[in-house]
Amino acid sequence: MTKKPEPILPYVIAWLVLMLLLGLSVLSAYLDLGFFHPFVNFGIAAMQAAIIFLVFMRLRGPPSLKWVFAGGGFFWLMFLYGLGVIDWVTRSGFPSQ
Amino acid sequence: MASPMRSLAPEPQFATLEQQTETAQLGMWVFIATEVMFFGALIFTYYIYRLIYWEQFRLAAADTKILLGAINVAILLTSSLTMVLAVNAAKEGRQRALLVLLLVTAALGFCFLGVKGYEYVQDYNSSTVPSVNFLFKSGYHSPAELFWIFYFIATGFHAVHVTIGIGAILVMSWHARRGRFSPNYYSPLEVLGLYWSFVDTVWVFLFAAIYPLGRAIT
Repeated sequence: MTKKPEPILPYVIAWLVLMLLLGLSVLSAYLDLGFFHPFVNFGIAAMQAAIIFLVFMRLRGPPSLKWVFAGGGFFWLMFLYGLGVIDWVTRSGFPSQ
Repeated sequence: MASPMRSLAPEPQFATLEQQTETAQLGMWVFIATEVMFFGALIFTYYIYRLIYWEQFRLAAADTKILLGAINVAILLTSSLTMVLAVNAAKEGRQRALLVLLLVTAALGFCFLGVKGYEYVQDYNSSTVPSVNFLFKSGYHSPAELFWIFYFIATGFHAVHVTIGIGAILVMSWHARRGRFSPNYYSPLEVLGLYWSFVDTVWVFLFAAIYPLGRAIT
């Protein structure tokens, strides 16, 4: 038994957008963005990751319970980042000179 | 034991094949969450040191090979596309397309490792391998070496993940060739597709963290 073919176009469009974002990321390397440079690069990567997760990894489809696991991973990562940043901004004498 | 003519009955602990498939997917999402913590912590630590040693990391990162890194992003993004299309082919019962797309995905994985290997050789020739032949160039201080330690640890761990993924894809290709998958049973492919796209995502973040730094034209 075969199921109804899934259209290829959304996946190809997602791939094209990902390539475009890759081009932007490379281009941004040669722009003088100062302090914001890492944030721009990380932002572009986050957009690419969102597309991969939603389209290629089908996060938007069933089973919806997977949002709990994906969201849980994201939550604990943010927890780790939050504690890490607090440690970094409150620790004195680091790095040792 | 699974045979080439696999029965479509679910394993005893599941009520239906659909429940079995969903459980397998959820298991992979749990694994991915643990991997997020692993690579997330690594990348976070990198960014902290990058902010602390801004100038030294900028100097060191300028010696990375951005073209090779970008080619590898393109390769992995394309392989994610072929992987998801392979899963769709299995879902739709297109056996030939499934096998071809899996082999193309594995080939792209090998291309990634080939480019990465070539890049490591270039890094070695540039004397940027800590504990092997690291050379403190003009302006380099110890944080520059720290950058390269991060570079090799992060990209090395990622390459291990890619290698495991290629192995799994080749095993699935073997099963696909024997006609093990059908529109009613393809959950191993779905799960492998999740893993492969996640490995792709990790490289996207590593590229953004490592390569664009230190090239701005002021």
